[in-house]
Amino acid sequence: MTPDASALESGARLSRNGELGDVLVDVKGLKMHFPITEGIVFNKLVGLVKAVDGVDFRIRRGETLGLVGESGCGKTTTGRCILQLERPTEGEIFFEGVDLTKLDQVALREYRQKIQVIFQDPYSSLNPRMKIGEMIDEPMYVHGIEPDAQKRKQRVSELLSVCGLNPKMADRYPHEMSGGQRQRVGIARALSLEPEFIICDEPVSALDVSIQAQIINLLEDLREEYNLTYLFIAHDLSVVRHLCHRVAVMYLGRIVELADCDELYDNPMHPYTRALLSAVPVPDPEIEQNRDISFVAGEVPSPINPPPGCVFHPRCPIAVESCSKEVPALRELKPGHWVACTEV
Amino acid sequence: MSALLEIEDLRTHFFTTSGVVKAVNGISYDVQEGETVAIVGESGCGKSVSALSVLGLIPNPPGRIVGGAIRFLGDDLIGLDDLQIRDIRGRQIGMIFQEPMTSLNPVLTIGLQLTETMEHHLGMDRADAEKKAVEYLRLVGISEPERRIRQYPHHLSGGMRQRVMIAMALCCEPKLIIADEPTTALDVTIQAQILELMKNLTKRMGVALIIITHNLGVVARYADRVNVMYAGKIIERGLAADIYREPRHPYTLGLLSSVPRLDQPRQKRLDPIDGQPPDLTRLGEGCSFLPRCKFAVDRCASEIPPLETVGNGHLSACWEQENLATARG
Ligand SMILES: Nc1ncnc2c1ncn2[C@@H]1O[C@H](COP(=O)(O)OP(=O)(O)OP(=O)(O)O)[C@@H](O)[C@H]1O
Ligand SMILES: Nc1ncnc2c1ncn2[C@@H]1O[C@H](COP(=O)(O)OP(=O)(O)O)[C@@H](O)[C@H]1O
Ligand code: SF4
Ligand code: SF4
Ligand SMILES: [Mg+2]
Ligand SMILES: [Mg+2]
Repeated sequence: MTPDASALESGARLSRNGELGDVLVDVKGLKMHFPITEGIVFNKLVGLVKAVDGVDFRIRRGETLGLVGESGCGKTTTGRCILQLERPTEGEIFFEGVDLTKLDQVALREYRQKIQVIFQDPYSSLNPRMKIGEMIDEPMYVHGIEPDAQKRKQRVSELLSVCGLNPKMADRYPHEMSGGQRQRVGIARALSLEPEFIICDEPVSALDVSIQAQIINLLEDLREEYNLTYLFIAHDLSVVRHLCHRVAVMYLGRIVELADCDELYDNPMHPYTRALLSAVPVPDPEIEQNRDISFVAGEVPSPINPPPGCVFHPRCPIAVESCSKEVPALRELKPGHWVACTEV
Repeated sequence: MSALLEIEDLRTHFFTTSGVVKAVNGISYDVQEGETVAIVGESGCGKSVSALSVLGLIPNPPGRIVGGAIRFLGDDLIGLDDLQIRDIRGRQIGMIFQEPMTSLNPVLTIGLQLTETMEHHLGMDRADAEKKAVEYLRLVGISEPERRIRQYPHHLSGGMRQRVMIAMALCCEPKLIIADEPTTALDVTIQAQILELMKNLTKRMGVALIIITHNLGVVARYADRVNVMYAGKIIERGLAADIYREPRHPYTLGLLSSVPRLDQPRQKRLDPIDGQPPDLTRLGEGCSFLPRCKFAVDRCASEIPPLETVGNGHLSACWEQENLATARG
């Protein structure tokens, strides 16, 4: 029941340079259950937050996979597991064929360079007491990318200008910059280690629309220039459509639909994906004032006590009796189009 | 026909150590009974400050309304003392903010907050107010309202708190509700629920709505008229349909073309507005959009363009607005 490589090939749109590389990231049966404990001395286990509860996907070199869903559905946790900032409860994460979950901290070092992350909040992800230049220099020094301080300085200047910042900004502090500029610094820092794979966790959500477009264009240019692979986590469906080759929709710790980008938006099959798409108003009054939103009622249940059967059944407009009993498998209903629903 | 709310040349400034922040720098607009007016613009352009000015909620110091008039049902609100403005706020003008947790009192039950509002403003007794509170909670889609009125705000999810805020805003049957980014903190499916609820209730009860947002889709769906703000000023105003079909200010045009859209084929590349919004303590002589503008001419550097009529109910503050119309074809 895992989306396999052949399905991926038939479905996935080619990356811009026309080639689709080998599988770079392969996530298999990923589960991340956080314990909830009570009591100070004995730490009695009283429950589990099933933040990620059985997730499978593959990302090919040069590809951008979008991961969308509402807050708390497990997007960030999935990213943190790939980064090995969390040790998953279950499952495997292969990067270039190596299972990261089996590696110790020393062996992980190499991958901490190859896999980078860009965060949502450009305000809190930068150290307020460090100059911009130092912040980009530091990881290069720590990972021994460039031992020569003078050359590193040169590299910092280059990275700043690649990211659309004036190299003079190296002497500034984060609080002297706007949100968009700080996000550019975050990107420059991620690039400094010459990564192969970047996890972008809501990189434009905190930015104004006009600045958002600047950063999205930058991310696209860099992907092409350095043949980067992205996992692009976001809740804005129109941004994801613009940027991604394939899209996975998450709900309560699971992937409910996964398809080639155009296919997903033109032909959404899972009732949750349909509801998400219907809920987004488009910037055109003539369309909006005549459009019925078929929004889903209710709210996302807690991952501490997820509903039995299909996790979406309490909100699902087409649920049937069996939905509250059987967990629907992610099935390939069309080449490359995977849906976890028994009723489509 | 006189307007419900009429704002004229409002100026609200903040006197800070790094200079005078001209957050609202001479804006005029009106709201008619029952209509929905949107205020849209980038972060920091003065949307919230303009709303807080109407509600008499500008923190002083550092902020102060330094000029202009805010007429509500014909009376100027600016000269009013605290007590008088408090009578209008909540009673005649309801408000809904982005983070309901900050506007709900964390130590009072939902029920008590609703009943106190009604007892204070409408002179109801406790029993009547409680009955009404249950009714309003049901109206905004809260299940088991009889039980919920005994709960505290932290027992509720973000979406439910926002529903309670809507009930609070509506319960005194105000003429106007000001909603500042009411759904920005919520997920899309919840956002849709809340906005549809607000739209249906305000239409049904004939309440006018000022909705502040940066989401162009939300404006398109819910607003009758739109005010686009940039750097403390309104730079374009018109019917939503006109503004989207034929923007007459380079900033509005830029905003509209910088968002990726689900209703159109995927673009190869987005078309952002270059640069960033200006520092409101250092506004220059001319048009504040000049450093980012693709249409600028010499005059833009020295003279501030006034907000002028360019069509039926459509206004723009740009020296080149005519060329903008032809440039778009
Ligand atoms: N208490 C304050 N002291 C000093 N400056 C302030 C204060 N409140 C607001 N400002 C400034 O006034 C300007 C306008 O702020 P405002 O909150 O109205 O922006 P906004 O358009 O609502 O932005 P957002 O979309 O981020 O909510 C900003 O430059 C802001 O920094
Ligand atoms: N360290 C943790 N301990 C307990 N629960 C956590 C932890 N990290 C995340 N969670 C919970 O896991 C769920 C998924 O969170 P997250 O991955 O951050 O969601 P998203 O990024 O999709 O918004 C949420 O319910 C969140 O509260
Ligand atoms: S399996 Fe049942 S409840 Fe789940 S999405 Fe499909 S129809 Fe709805
Ligand atoms: S007045 Fe000039 S600078 Fe300002 S928006 Fe119009 S063309 Fe651009
Ligand atoms: Mg997250
Ligand atoms: Mg605001």
